[in-house]
Amino acid sequence: MPTPVLESPIHDPAETLPVPERRALQAHRLQETVRRASAVPFYRDALGRAGATAEAVRSVDDVRRLPFTTKDDLREEYPLGLLAVPRGELARVHGSSGTTGKPTFVAYTRRDLETWSGLVARFLVAGGLRPDHLVHVAFGYGLFTGGFGLHYGIERVGAAVVPAAGGNTPRQVMLIRDLGAEVLVCTPSYALHIAEVAAAEGFRPGDLPLRLGHFGGEPWTEEMRAAIEDALGIRAFNNYGLSEVIGPGVSGECPYRTGMHVQEDHFLVECVDPDTLAHVPDGEVGELVFTTLTKEAMPVLRYRTRDLAALDRSPCPCGRTGVRMSRVVGRSDDMLIIRGVNVFPSQIEEALLRVEGTAPHYLIEVSRPGSLDEAVVKVEMRPSDFRDEMRQLQELHDRIDREIHAVTGVRMAVELVAPNTLERSAGKAKRVLDHRRTGRS
Amino acid sequence: MKIRQLSLFLENRPGQLRFPCKVLGDAGIDIVTMSLADTAQFGILRLVVKEWERAKAVLDAAGVVVNVTEVLAVDVPDRPGGLAAVLDAFEQAGVGVEYMYASAARERGLHATLLFRLEDPDRAAKLLEAAGVKLVGPDELFARS
Ligand SMILES: [Zn+2]
Repeated sequence: MPTPVLESPIHDPAETLPVPERRALQAHRLQETVRRASAVPFYRDALGRAGATAEAVRSVDDVRRLPFTTKDDLREEYPLGLLAVPRGELARVHGSSGTTGKPTFVAYTRRDLETWSGLVARFLVAGGLRPDHLVHVAFGYGLFTGGFGLHYGIERVGAAVVPAAGGNTPRQVMLIRDLGAEVLVCTPSYALHIAEVAAAEGFRPGDLPLRLGHFGGEPWTEEMRAAIEDALGIRAFNNYGLSEVIGPGVSGECPYRTGMHVQEDHFLVECVDPDTLAHVPDGEVGELVFTTLTKEAMPVLRYRTRDLAALDRSPCPCGRTGVRMSRVVGRSDDMLIIRGVNVFPSQIEEALLRVEGTAPHYLIEVSRPGSLDEAVVKVEMRPSDFRDEMRQLQELHDRIDREIHAVTGVRMAVELVAPNTLERSAGKAKRVLDHRRTGRS
Repeated sequence: MKIRQLSLFLENRPGQLRFPCKVLGDAGIDIVTMSLADTAQFGILRLVVKEWERAKAVLDAAGVVVNVTEVLAVDVPDRPGGLAAVLDAFEQAGVGVEYMYASAARERGLHATLLFRLEDPDRAAKLLEAAGVKLVGPDELFARS
């Protein structure tokens, strides 16, 4: 029997709804959603092509009759072509900064905002937030859903918010210390950065008042969780969401931290093979697909997230009945198949983090010189890790080699390369070069 | 008596050796001795230069991974058995050798100068001098080259 990392109450009785009852609720709400979506020309056409109607949706399984929606669809309906309510009923608009070109907007009615803050409150409470806590929010505020999403969720719990937003990390450390924040909310990578800056200023783990962290907005690993917890002396919890579905609050961890409970009374989740779009069995990694069940302003049908994760329907000792999704292990657009094995760049990152002495700057090059795939992982040396010994370099090389094999199950050639030699496009590192796709071998 | 040595990380592919040499040449820095150790995957280029601090600064600025270590320069009699006698003195003194290489500074018929990376250079220097091994300081080494 696993032990919880802390004791916490359940915020909303809906989280423990028995599965058959919830499935009935989902079926009812799914039908309503299809009815609402039919008011949108885009969905009306898509439903028509799929031969699906609201009346035909009688059970949860009927979701399979519905058409998929993609990020491209949202882009084509720029700016607010997918609204299912009159403009006057909108209460707020958020957006996601498209890495390519225009943002995509999402809209909320007053009731959508109520729903959203309630969902954020659910995972915050599950992860130990209490009304007497003070929470430091270092998420960006703005079109991005992270800042405002967490902000109103924290207020919903009754805790106090310090809306610090992003930037000026030394000042953030000062605010955390001086105001006595017990809880930190930001992306996991920013939490690590805060820890580094705090350490540089002479703080030791546990010196800051922080006790809990709620992190999301980007994929991360268990290794990173351990690093953050050690560096800040806190318990860290993972949450998941995306603006197209609602924002943070789609799922979140409970005290047992064996996956994130999906808020199934509000979202229907499917896990599909990204190529065939067929459902994959529970426990297998596939692409997550969400259908909103209560969203008014912008319902979304079978939204393809591109996020790869596995679902777990086994009962959780916490009492919550929502299916648990694993950490996001990668994006379906960057999954590599090497000699028949699925490999994600995040796995290489995990392996490198296990090896002290390697910065997570790397490039995976895959080619097929003959009939077999060959993969090379180039890893940048950090000057601080270089000694004057061949033996030390050889050991570093061999450890990386072993860890990559252990994590991915695939043998890859490891090359240590000089710092800053791997290409970085617009600040964002390029992780994969697949010569099989580009035609070069 | 210790000599500062620069160790450079090299990827094992064409052009890797040329680049740091060009950086030093452009800065007008003379290489006194050098040695290259490599495997199929990577190499370490070890250099002794007259102005090691300036050399490190220009290499750092050029993005080369550089590590500074201390080595001892030892005069070894230029005759058969000369090196064996010095190594014998190391063994008697209990000084472990991590690696060694020959420098270009050699006075034919008199002695060759070898560079030794030893486990504890300070302790080794004392023991070796006590054992009568001739250590060459930086000034003398640079004057010969
Ligand atoms: Zn649970």
